[in-house]
Amino acid sequence: MPLTILYFAWVRERIGLSEETLTPPPEVATMADLIGWLAARGGGYAEALAEPERLRAAVDQNFVGLDTAIGRAREVAIFPPVTGG
Amino acid sequence: MIRILVSRDPIDLAAEAARVEQAEVGAVASFCGLVRADDGVDRLELEHYPGATEAALDRIAHLAKARWSLQAAIIVHRVGPMQPGERIVFVAAAAPHRRDALDACAYLIDRLKTDAPFWKRETRGADARWVEARDSDGAAAARWDDI
Repeated sequence: MPLTILYFAWVRERIGLSEETLTPPPEVATMADLIGWLAARGGGYAEALAEPERLRAAVDQNFVGLDTAIGRAREVAIFPPVTGG
Repeated sequence: MIRILVSRDPIDLAAEAARVEQAEVGAVASFCGLVRADDGVDRLELEHYPGATEAALDRIAHLAKARWSLQAAIIVHRVGPMQPGERIVFVAAAAPHRRDALDACAYLIDRLKTDAPFWKRETRGADARWVEARDSDGAAAARWDDI
């Protein structure tokens, strides 16, 4: 199923995209799986996603842990810890 | 009343504060954060996650209203490029009495720091870097979990 993936801050800069729509293989079940699958594309993906412990995620705009299942979500996001305020 | 605003425009303090000044309100506590000129920062850029940001701020404001006796909660956050000294965030809580207003105001800004998807990028001359999250912000937000 097509999945819209959004990137923010230095994740966006290193990948060179703010968003894209991809269809991950069925074995990509969780956000951690997705991050690993994307990192394997190499280049900016590998650079941005090399340290999953520095990353946070959202599934359908809700903040989640990386072990969260993507399920039937339409939109996910990958970004660094937030720094607003 | 809950007011959430994420905007590229400068924050008008007087206009925002005036929104909550009504006859039944006895106390308004507010916090305003400014861009600091830390170590020669000459520009700050705020990125956010449109849609998710407003939803996160709305959730924080509703949690505050559920927890304290509030007549109003306001969260206004600026995004885009800013200069040192400019206002970046304004929060306010209005209540019949000061304790609820003061506590709710602190809650709004502490939670915003950890629960809303904003990212700061500082520029010093030709050098730009993304601001790292601070452990102390997590601790400030977490103290509201215990009481």
